[in-house]
Amino acid sequence: MQKEAAIREPLILGDKSYKDITDDVVGPIEGPAPRTWKLLITIAGLVAFYGVGCILYLIGTGIGVWGLNKTVGWAWDITNFVWWVGIGHAGTLISAVLLLFRQKWRMAINRSAEAMTIFAVIMAAIFPGIHMGRIWCAYWVFPLPNQFGSLWVNFNSPLLWDVFAISTYFSVSLVFWYIGLIPDFATIRDRMVKPLPKKIYGILAFGWSGRAKNWTRFEEVSLVLAGIATPLVFSVHSIVSMDFATSVIPGWHTTIFPPYFVSGAVFSGFAMVQTLLLIMRKAMNLENYIHVRHVEYMNIVIIVTGSIVGVAYLTELFISWYSGVEYESYAFINRFSGPYSWSYWIMMTCNVISPQLFWVKKWRRSLTFTFVLSIVVNIGMWFERYVIIVTSIHRDYNPSSWGEFHATSIDIGIFVGTIGIFSTLFLLFARFFPVLALNELKSILKSSGENFKKLHHTDNH
Amino acid sequence: MEFKFEGRLKTASMVLMVIGVIALVGGFITDSSDHHQRWWANLLVNGFFYFAIALGALFFYALQYAAEVGWSAYIKRFFEAMYAYIPYGAAVILIVLLAGQFHAHHLYHWMDHTLYHEFMVVGSDGATTYSDTKEAGAVLNPNYDHIIANKSAYLGGWFFWLRTIVYIATFVIFARLFRKWSLQEDEVGGTKIHFMMYRRSALFLVFFAVFSSTLSWDWLMSIDTHWFSTLYGWYVFSGMWVGCMIFALVSLLYLRTKGYFQELNDSHVHDLAKWMFAISMLWAYLWFSQFMLIWYSNIPEEVTYFTQRIFTDYKVPFFIMFFINFAVPFYVMIARDAKRNPRFILPVAFLIFVGHFVDTYLLVIPGTMFDHNEFGFMEVGMFLGFLGLFVYVTFNALSKAPLIAKNHPFLQESQELHH
Repeated sequence: MQKEAAIREPLILGDKSYKDITDDVVGPIEGPAPRTWKLLITIAGLVAFYGVGCILYLIGTGIGVWGLNKTVGWAWDITNFVWWVGIGHAGTLISAVLLLFRQKWRMAINRSAEAMTIFAVIMAAIFPGIHMGRIWCAYWVFPLPNQFGSLWVNFNSPLLWDVFAISTYFSVSLVFWYIGLIPDFATIRDRMVKPLPKKIYGILAFGWSGRAKNWTRFEEVSLVLAGIATPLVFSVHSIVSMDFATSVIPGWHTTIFPPYFVSGAVFSGFAMVQTLLLIMRKAMNLENYIHVRHVEYMNIVIIVTGSIVGVAYLTELFISWYSGVEYESYAFINRFSGPYSWSYWIMMTCNVISPQLFWVKKWRRSLTFTFVLSIVVNIGMWFERYVIIVTSIHRDYNPSSWGEFHATSIDIGIFVGTIGIFSTLFLLFARFFPVLALNELKSILKSSGENFKKLHHTDNH
Repeated sequence: MEFKFEGRLKTASMVLMVIGVIALVGGFITDSSDHHQRWWANLLVNGFFYFAIALGALFFYALQYAAEVGWSAYIKRFFEAMYAYIPYGAAVILIVLLAGQFHAHHLYHWMDHTLYHEFMVVGSDGATTYSDTKEAGAVLNPNYDHIIANKSAYLGGWFFWLRTIVYIATFVIFARLFRKWSLQEDEVGGTKIHFMMYRRSALFLVFFAVFSSTLSWDWLMSIDTHWFSTLYGWYVFSGMWVGCMIFALVSLLYLRTKGYFQELNDSHVHDLAKWMFAISMLWAYLWFSQFMLIWYSNIPEEVTYFTQRIFTDYKVPFFIMFFINFAVPFYVMIARDAKRNPRFILPVAFLIFVGHFVDTYLLVIPGTMFDHNEFGFMEVGMFLGFLGLFVYVTFNALSKAPLIAKNHPFLQESQELHH
């Protein structure tokens, strides 16, 4: 076992043994549901129910119930889509990229981040689906032969690339997440006394035996999946950005979009992980596993990705002037001084200025401050997409067709509804699934546990 | 243990430098292009390419501190040696820029001050004065370029020079300080210096994040003065980074065969090769993003850049360069065992090192030599000559300090690296 440098902070606090880890993670699943959980899932369920109602109303009536008009043909729908896909980036980054970088701190957060990813991608997929108008023809997005009633899809369209990118991303993330869960399901199976839950967890565990052969294969497949998932982290949001960047609309067509969208996605994804985990660690007594150091690491990722996004904003702004192209310059002048300038300045404040506050060590180690800022960042990232989408198209080349977009109650209802569905799914996950990768955590206990680190330290001196 | 810079390596680097001097002198004399444009253009290519590798080393070094990386502690002195080249590279770039400012060449079209004024007055003595307003007797200035005139606040004038000096000063100062602190740590030990470098590295990365983009706009993108691309800076940055990883990996493998860095094991080599592989992919991703979006949209103000490279004689090197820099590392280096085996690493590394040189070459040459470029001994000789200089400066700097930073807090982690 590799010995960790003394200056690294421990990742698992307290005097924990292997059994303590199992108890701490599996305990909440075995016991009865706490009252706060019941309360939260009721609220989330009601919001979700309302959202589903709005969606059904939309499908029954037609997309005219949104505030779209002939000039602004894309607004909240695609904004919400990109926002949710972006949030769905942190999970795979944490589980794949940080695995390749051998970052041990990811083990405390990867499971729930991956779950969040999967639920966020499902939320994202709702929006293009319901935007089609005729959702019963949704399968036409796949390249099916003409006998199925569809025309052969347009392979030149980035919207089609999106279908491939997101479905691939979703499948790989799901497999990755599930593979990681198998040993932990087995641990739960072995502890369960009641026959029915034991049976269910037994099926979920795929007959895991915990033998060395199982573990070797588990590790191999994790690395292979991480290798596959890493380019996916890049490809998904790059292709989402191409939905805009391949067009010739000023404000949309700019070459920096692919890497800048990827960075923005990781930025918002980490913010959402912070929001969820800061509640979860408290509610489920996981303070020894997800502690200030983990929060600090994630905040550093937020500084880095937020700054990359900031540099990209300024680059775009600068080049719009430098290019000398009249339309390009106008698109940006209109952004910061036109009718939607309020949304531009919200975006700038939340995404560029607010993460810089984390340079102060005290603040990035403050849980309350982090919680507030994580929400600020997600508001900012929603507005970023709103700014890109609505302000770029509300004034097109022909001033007689200039218009504005006003959200309707259905726009709002569906968006809030997806937050409800997302929260419901996450709460169910937190109740029935092992929220920490407990078997992986055990592998770092001796190198990064507080008690063991102290022991090494006294040995040496 | 100290490294002794002597023997075949030293001789080889000196022979390369002699070839370089012959290429510089002979090339200048034989270069028949107007104002020795071809010579100057190649000086810029080489000046930037090797400067970028050294800058990549400084970036990577700061990244190791800022990200609290353990595995690389054992080899960090090599990156210090590489970034010792920064002042030399900067000097070459400064010479090219100064010569341009004094109109010794015409690499930067925007350095022609006649472009910025809409009107001109031709006096009776034949002297021309330029003005922005229509004075008595003024005629339209045929040289006037309204697109470039629009950029005058950024390009034409003192602001350009201020930026250039600030970039170079920042890099030189940080490089010297990091080296100084690193050597100090050898003497005094403890963790105080380490944490100071951690904070200063983060600060450096902030500067670098902005300057790496703006310097590539200033020194390279402005060659094609009308053209613009927001991704350009990040694309050039990825080239810097991969160049640094290639040079470091090859050199460390060489040093190991000569009895230095004996604790450099397969896991270190694997990690370095992973970086070379990963950044090659990052570079290819950025190259493709920029190319595809411009090709797809096909709007005249942007696509000219690629028509100049694709519908001309540059087509063949342009696409071969992309193929080599992307496909070769992708297919050869993707396997785990290949990343640990010098027999796979070395041929790929040599090939993509030249590949990335050609990439830099194609950033500069099509916009300066247009369709009357030539390629001959001068190009090859200058590439080899600057390689010799880079090797000489790097290994000379390496010999000036102990090879191992013995008080680095992560040294033990790095020496015990095994995965």
